[in-house]
Amino acid sequence: MSVTAQIGTGIAAQDAAITVENVSHSFVSRDGAIVQTLDNVSLDIRRGELLCLIGPSGCGKSTLLNIIGGLLQAGSGQVKVNGRPITGPSPRELSFVFQDNTLFPWNTILDNVKVALEFQGVPENERQGRAEEALEAVGLTEFRNHYPHQLSGGMKQRASLARALSLKTDIVLMDEPFAALDEQTRIYLGEELSILLAKSNKTIILVTHSLAEAVFLADRIVVMTARPASIKAIIDVKEDHPREPAFMASGRFADYRNELYGFLRAEIEKTVGGFVGSAAARDRTRRGISESAGDAP
Amino acid sequence: MNSMSSGWQARAIQIGFVAALFLLWDFAGERKLINAILLPAPRAVFWKFIALAQTSALYTHLLVTLMELVLGFLIAAAAGLSLGYFIGRSRYGTIVFEPLLAGVFAVPIVIFLPIFLLFFGIGPSSKIAFGATYAFFPIVLNTIGGISQVDDRYVRVARAMGADDVQMFRRVLLPAALPVIVTGLRIGCIIGFLSIIGSEMIAGIDGLGSQIVRLGEAMNTAEMFAYILFVIFFAILLNTGLSHLQARFAIPGDGR
Repeated sequence: MSVTAQIGTGIAAQDAAITVENVSHSFVSRDGAIVQTLDNVSLDIRRGELLCLIGPSGCGKSTLLNIIGGLLQAGSGQVKVNGRPITGPSPRELSFVFQDNTLFPWNTILDNVKVALEFQGVPENERQGRAEEALEAVGLTEFRNHYPHQLSGGMKQRASLARALSLKTDIVLMDEPFAALDEQTRIYLGEELSILLAKSNKTIILVTHSLAEAVFLADRIVVMTARPASIKAIIDVKEDHPREPAFMASGRFADYRNELYGFLRAEIEKTVGGFVGSAAARDRTRRGISESAGDAP
Repeated sequence: MNSMSSGWQARAIQIGFVAALFLLWDFAGERKLINAILLPAPRAVFWKFIALAQTSALYTHLLVTLMELVLGFLIAAAAGLSLGYFIGRSRYGTIVFEPLLAGVFAVPIVIFLPIFLLFFGIGPSSKIAFGATYAFFPIVLNTIGGISQVDDRYVRVARAMGADDVQMFRRVLLPAALPVIVTGLRIGCIIGFLSIIGSEMIAGIDGLGSQIVRLGEAMNTAEMFAYILFVIFFAILLNTGLSHLQARFAIPGDGR
């Protein structure tokens, strides 16, 4: 089993695309209480790897992603991208794929990509070509003049992916990009993403709550604790990209997923509370974790 | 029943209702059930209308009212859009000013008409100022609403992709808020028209409203009705044009 639970991964600084150094974050809630979301998180993200952040819902993994992307200010600590501290959005280095409905409904799919290129500062005469190229890469060429509401959820997320890819950044941050989709579509898009990214050599951080998605896509999986989030474990998934659908049916896949769930389970219990110690929970435990791992493909 | 045929049915009933009203009116006139001075027969009104359309008086009055409407609306739009934008951009500004403006709009501003007459005189200036004041409120309120309610996700994604302030306005805030803002412009235009006609009727020299009151006082009801008919046609035309404008700025897939 390939658990490397060391926290500071200790790789040479020039190999790290992103370094997260002692980042903590908290916010003041509506009733005035200070809620800490991140507790002293340190992490190196290697150039060209796909890193998954997984943890109980609401634990702060999206917060960490937003701090890495410069959309949120860290309370303390800092994030460096290519060696330089991040102080705000850095659209030439980082692009985003958000959960859902971030395509502008008043623009066609093609215009959505073109407007992203305009925001990034790409000269006008290059936008059309690059937008069409990106839509081609995700197989949406024939839908380029459709409006977002005319596309299925899966197509919309592919369009969001095309928008991010068109920006040609070395780093792509994905915040639960498939969370709003049904399971079949999610698995299918995961396979497509694996193929697409295998040739791109991009550095990807993917926030997900799907165990299967994490194991199928990631080079490394970072398991986060319940709020305030810190890093509980890092799992190496030693499989080559692109990964075949057959990998999902393999024993190795099940082992990784069970190992992952083993780390997560205690954290989920902390979040969900209540049922722990109940008859139902004991019964569930007796039946074994692989069955309750839930989102098996 | 599908929506298409129910739409047709509704339209047929609407037309039938108006036709029935005209028939009833015509019948009452023919049978001399109502004194022709109080309510002239539709045919008499129609011929008066045709005759009127060939004189310059109608166009003189129309031009006055139209000029008042256009200027009043432009002033209201310029003030409402710019103030609404700056208030709507600030969360605090919205919390402070939105209820204040909505509150003032709930007051029947017509009670201040004498002030307008004192400040701007009995001529077109007071009508422009009064119409602009009334039209201002729906425009500013809808602009605040449109700008302040732009989905945060769009703003966030645009910022992440490097949008500057001008791009944020042109590519995100404006297109997102436009349907609500255009609705405000439409309501502002219709209320502006109403208040201009109304203020002409209360105290005015020229314009369609003044003319209607003057003809009524002179018991020239056939001609008065011809003017009324003309104002109705103009209002329908205005509303149709504004509806098309509104449809043009709707976000695709909205309101299905």
